[in-house]
Amino acid sequence: MADNEDDDQYRIKEGDYVVLKRGEIYKSMQIQPRKKVIFEKQWIFLDNVVGQMYNTTFEILSGGALQPKKEDTESSTDVKVAGTDNRNIVDDGKSQKLTRDDIETLKEQGLKGQEIIQQLIDNSSTFSNKTGYAQDKYIKKKKKKYENTVTILKPTCRILALMYHGREPGKICHLRYDTLAQMLTLSNIHAGSKVLVFETCAGLVLGAVMERMGGYGSVIQMYPGGGPVRAGVECFGFPAHFHKTLHEFPICNVNALLAGSLDTTSKDPTADEKQFDVAVKEEPPEAEEQQEGSPEQSMETKAEDADDDHEKLEREKRKEEKAQEKKVKLEEKRRKLAASAALLEGRNADGLVIASRFHPCPVLLGLIKFLSPSRPFVVYSQYKEPLIECYTKLKEQGGTVNLRLTDTWLRHYQVLPNRTHPLLLMSGGGGYLLSGTTVATDHSKPTVSPPDDGPAPKRPKLKNSEG
Amino acid sequence: MNFVEYSDVIRDGDVVIVYLGHNSLMPVKVQHGAQTQTRYGAIWHSSDFIGRRYGSKVTCSKGGWVLVLHPTPELWTAALPHRTQILYTTDISIITMMLELKPGSVVCESGTGSGSLSHAILRTIAPSGHLHTVEFHEQRAQKVAEEFQEHRVDHLVTVRNQDVCKDGFGVSGVADAVFLDIPSPWEAVGHAKAALKRHGGRLCSFSPCIEQVQRTCEALVDHGFQEVSSLEVLLRVHDVRTVSLPLPDFGPDPAAPAEPGATEEAPPTTVSSHASISLKTTTPPREMPGHTGYLTFATKPRT
Repeated sequence: MADNEDDDQYRIKEGDYVVLKRGEIYKSMQIQPRKKVIFEKQWIFLDNVVGQMYNTTFEILSGGALQPKKEDTESSTDVKVAGTDNRNIVDDGKSQKLTRDDIETLKEQGLKGQEIIQQLIDNSSTFSNKTGYAQDKYIKKKKKKYENTVTILKPTCRILALMYHGREPGKICHLRYDTLAQMLTLSNIHAGSKVLVFETCAGLVLGAVMERMGGYGSVIQMYPGGGPVRAGVECFGFPAHFHKTLHEFPICNVNALLAGSLDTTSKDPTADEKQFDVAVKEEPPEAEEQQEGSPEQSMETKAEDADDDHEKLEREKRKEEKAQEKKVKLEEKRRKLAASAALLEGRNADGLVIASRFHPCPVLLGLIKFLSPSRPFVVYSQYKEPLIECYTKLKEQGGTVNLRLTDTWLRHYQVLPNRTHPLLLMSGGGGYLLSGTTVATDHSKPTVSPPDDGPAPKRPKLKNSEG
Repeated sequence: MNFVEYSDVIRDGDVVIVYLGHNSLMPVKVQHGAQTQTRYGAIWHSSDFIGRRYGSKVTCSKGGWVLVLHPTPELWTAALPHRTQILYTTDISIITMMLELKPGSVVCESGTGSGSLSHAILRTIAPSGHLHTVEFHEQRAQKVAEEFQEHRVDHLVTVRNQDVCKDGFGVSGVADAVFLDIPSPWEAVGHAKAALKRHGGRLCSFSPCIEQVQRTCEALVDHGFQEVSSLEVLLRVHDVRTVSLPLPDFGPDPAAPAEPGATEEAPPTTVSSHASISLKTTTPPREMPGHTGYLTFATKPRT
């Protein structure tokens, strides 16, 4: 209570991006007044959480309102009678005396999850014969089902990476969170550097990079198609000044930039017009449809409508306004492009991170040209084969060392007294990484060189002795 | 150079990483007038290092060359002088993410050991964070403090020479994260809790043996930590190589119509010698580290 001002940064505010958590399930969202949200098959309203502290666990009341949960009273389910083994436990399907309807009635009466679980235990004929471990497991399982709580967390890279991997792995090219962790470290992401990111992982990788940069330095997002995807970045809820460090550059302009033929000056009217044309084609605006539709319409209405001229004027005015708006937008876009191009032109970026559904080879070979020498890069791919190709191409063209093609295995453990064992083995699904360091390209071949950092020397061929 | 900030050109006093070849790195402190011996000959710092760009080739006295790389925590981990068993990049990566480290984080660590993880933490929490690291071995504490100074990161770190299990981290209520790599982490859980912020924070403990994990988890639950989770990450490095698979000789096939060109392959005896398909693939290393340690993570709730 002493440091109330300090508390403020830990309080949930309206408009905050938060993550809801129950068990191992996460869901990201923004706090909006009177907005119904669905979480784990339940409707809830988040209005009550505003002003509460982050990491608070809430109980879901009927009607979807949330109320901070009182201190746990878990000891109430402690049952001290237990069996030693299951030799006398028979699965006759009759051990639970409560029927489905009974349970529904209990729920409708508004009983707390805890109370329902107690009822289930009291009405289970076999519960007291189960071993202590089995009783624990039973309670845990029921808790998962009947407990109506949700915890509100501040989003972090850890939580969002867990969330995306659990909910929508397809959207992030099956990038597992430990692989993402490797990427951030292998590319030496830190405050103050200039990092290139090319990703089609919903913005998760970009957000992770931005979190590690802490608003210092610059991130240039190279994007394919019409515009950058940043849904994942939103979820991080970065402060406004972070967004000033974020730049974007369309990957379709990379060749032009490398060739020095990219024109980003506004003084050249032809270039401006060209861009204008492109933009019009890219996003067919309503204006165009109106243009096509309006002649017919005006012909039809001409006879009846007296003040058609007036309407026409209005329409023209609106059209002009829209054109003006578009011009401003284009100008803004051009300015941004020029800024990113200026950042890239020095070809002195400090890091490169690639994680996309595209073939990584052309992306890597194109973007690596923007890196300073002695800088790390890392490429993610869900599949190993395209990275083998990247590896081979990089070896051919030189300019890199420390090339490593890796993947990681992640194993979780259940740690409980006398019940410790590995939980599940995740393998293969986490994707592959190719990482390395750039070096200065030097065309004059020196006489002696250090051993290539390629595959280990071939082992002596074995004579086929078994056949 | 600086471990937390890139620069383009090598200056006097920098620590550089000399790349001698596959898996062969050598950290060198650059000093005017100094000379370093490598297996490719000598390097004179004044002419070969100072003023050169990072990432350049440096020709040695015997005519061979090496590459001079900008230091990063990852290169340092691969090159540093071991005074203890160290943490490697794979574990460091997951630790950094699961502890939610970022610029501005305040971190407590024990023991400091050889400083492999410390450098990675400093890189991530710079420029506004701070690392409080505790090492009970006096000589090691001294050595690592010297290294921090040499690497120009000493403004971001405080090294304390004390026993974390008895005396704690020397700070309380300030840390966003605590990392333990000590033989009996369960004895330090209480101190870790005290070091963490009132608003909560994250903890990680690294232990090679499952019995240590067991005791640590019990202590964590006893101290009210939540989200206790133990895991293990293993790295697999794939060797890219071209392999050649020979095709067996089934002998002449009388049923097959004579293909154009088949006649050129005339005597069947020679078929086996050149009929093979080569392809690019990867082979797993013959041996790989199967276990480094279990990582146990937990969250300290708001108190």
